[in-house]
Amino acid sequence: MWGVVLALVPAMLVSFWYFSLGALLSIAVAVFTCVAVEYLVAKFILKEEPTLSDGSAVITGILLAFNVPSNLPWWELVIGSLFAIAVVKMSFGGLGKNPFNPALAGRVFMLISFPVDMTSWPLPVQNRFVLVDALTGPTALGTLSEGIKNGETISQLASKLPGYANLMMGNIGGSLGEVSAIALIIGGIYMLFRKIITWHIPVSYLLTVFLFTGVLWLINPERYIDPVFHLLAGGLILGAVFMATDMVTSPMTTKGMLIFGTGCGLLTVLIRVWGSYPEGVSFAILIMNAVTPLINKYVKPKRFGETVKA
Amino acid sequence: MLKTFKKGGVHPHENKLSAAVAVEVLPPPQKVYIPLGQSLGAPAKPLVDKGNDVKVGQLIAKGESFISANVHSSVSGKVVKIDDITDPSGYRRKAVFIDCAGDEWIETIDRSVTIVRECTLSQKEIISKINEMGIVGLGGATFPSHVKLMVPEGKKAEVLIINGVECEPYLTADHRLMLEKGEEILVGITILMKALGVLKAAIGIESNKPDAIAHMQELAKSYKGIDVIALKVKYPQGAEKQLIKAVTGREVPSQKLPIEVGCVVNNVGTAFAVYEAVQKNKPLFERVVTVTGEKLASPSNFMVRVGTPVSELIEKAGGLPEDTGKIISGGPMMGKALNSADIPVMKGTSGILLFPAVESKRMQVQHCIRCARCVSACPMGLEPYLLEREVNAALWEEAENDRVMDCMECGSCQFTCPSGRPLLDYLRLGKNKVGQIIRTRTR
Repeated sequence: MWGVVLALVPAMLVSFWYFSLGALLSIAVAVFTCVAVEYLVAKFILKEEPTLSDGSAVITGILLAFNVPSNLPWWELVIGSLFAIAVVKMSFGGLGKNPFNPALAGRVFMLISFPVDMTSWPLPVQNRFVLVDALTGPTALGTLSEGIKNGETISQLASKLPGYANLMMGNIGGSLGEVSAIALIIGGIYMLFRKIITWHIPVSYLLTVFLFTGVLWLINPERYIDPVFHLLAGGLILGAVFMATDMVTSPMTTKGMLIFGTGCGLLTVLIRVWGSYPEGVSFAILIMNAVTPLINKYVKPKRFGETVKA
Repeated sequence: MLKTFKKGGVHPHENKLSAAVAVEVLPPPQKVYIPLGQSLGAPAKPLVDKGNDVKVGQLIAKGESFISANVHSSVSGKVVKIDDITDPSGYRRKAVFIDCAGDEWIETIDRSVTIVRECTLSQKEIISKINEMGIVGLGGATFPSHVKLMVPEGKKAEVLIINGVECEPYLTADHRLMLEKGEEILVGITILMKALGVLKAAIGIESNKPDAIAHMQELAKSYKGIDVIALKVKYPQGAEKQLIKAVTGREVPSQKLPIEVGCVVNNVGTAFAVYEAVQKNKPLFERVVTVTGEKLASPSNFMVRVGTPVSELIEKAGGLPEDTGKIISGGPMMGKALNSADIPVMKGTSGILLFPAVESKRMQVQHCIRCARCVSACPMGLEPYLLEREVNAALWEEAENDRVMDCMECGSCQFTCPSGRPLLDYLRLGKNKVGQIIRTRTR
């Protein structure tokens, strides 16, 4: 699983660049807590040899940090990490047995517990070499959601929303790992190349979001923003590439993976467009995690020799 | 585009160390242990006893059941005893112990090297000849060949498929045989075609043997209805159902035999043995065995008498390397580890592989991370991770519904598992138990 860590490096570097020490500190705190909790639970509660060498706790730590604002108080991140590893992962028996993605469940736990801190997004720092309290501002999706609620049209909002170039590079407000689409896609391509993931979940997820929001946009471009914005903004790419593809919590067959990705896509758009939260990736993936055992039960691989009539 | 099967499969390192080494005919050994059960089905009944003198090629045990094969002496000498011996499967089975003296063959065997192309025997006569000469499938399953050639009532064979795939890493016995005995193999194929009443035959060879493909293609030009088909390198390309799928596009239904889709599959080694049996009157008592291993001084291909102890072959190939951890009969994917070097070569022994100690150990077993690699690697479209859990929980009915009996034990799932889980062990256990349940149900 260290390949996943390597795949996360580009996005990590981008987060250091835009959020400076805050990002570094958040990642360090989350990774340290996750690894420590996993070690302690395995050793003293499960009473088995801790298996930290698989790197899964490190990944959970990094992903958890990626999903929060970089100026989140460190102790909140510690609590989130504790919940992610101790409750979501180890209480089910550890690696491979957890039904939900630990990092996502940890994030949602924090979102509900610390709603204000979890939605105060720092803007990328202007002067990287001075440690100051960064300015905060809404995410692109937050601006959009707020504006629509206030009855503004897309063209009125356009000036407040970041352009595609900034969305691609990451020069926007947001949680620390989700901002740069390019860095995340580079990591995803690396994982595809190393065969750590297959294309089925990310492609079906992104395609569903693109098509669904595309149809909405064609219906009313003043009410619904264009699909490219939906793809690049928020945590969609981070979720589709690194979270939904978590092998433990996603289906076993390629057909099942396509259903899973499509479900994630539909739920994400439903929450983003009509839900009360501006972003729906975490909830969408967690809901589909819950459906995964059902998918595994009913979606079987095509058996050899099944289609031929005897 | 090279043909192959669609679903699953893995790519182990090929390691065909002995591919360029010509087959060396070994002289008869000092003593042989010839097991009575060398085919699928019932073991043969011994016809000789302690103190009898035997010649090379003499019938020493008769296969009396329907699925059973004759056994012939591979050497000349004196029968010492008939006693239990551990065979490659690890079970104690009856074998004829013979001390060798000279090399006297029975007179009926034509020992000349001239190739006899014409076969005047009828369909029935060919099959009874093959039965008489104790021919079994030499690909590894050792199914008696005469039974395979008797097409059941109501079924029709359309195409004979010859398996020259040799998808197991390390093994080169079939490869060498095709290069050195190509003509004989083709005559053998024509005989098999006649026995089955088919006009078409296809030889499937993996593309990692371009010399064998070219050679067989050249030779096949002068034989009607025989095609040579290059196949993509992918394990288990040589599995019967996967080979049929690759060559004909037909899928043998679950739990059925290839004849359901009009196919009969035979190994190139079997085709050669059929040639020798029918045209030269030579019973099956020797075969090509690859003796190989990374640390072995000289990986070789030997023409070996059945019953020769494995230790003798290893000696001929340069002796047992110091740090050998396992001696495997067959290839690394499906072969079985031997518990002694005294175990004899049987009709189904395609290779002897020596694995260094470091490579012989299993990985440490870790949690299943549900990565689904086993599901995508399974060429039968099964879910090994799920079957493992069902077998572990003794849920035999569920395992049956999830088609554990379709498993052919190719080991692709275990090969691909990043957590080092012994999936194949569970699948074998599951097949064993579910098989028993099915048998008691139908009784």
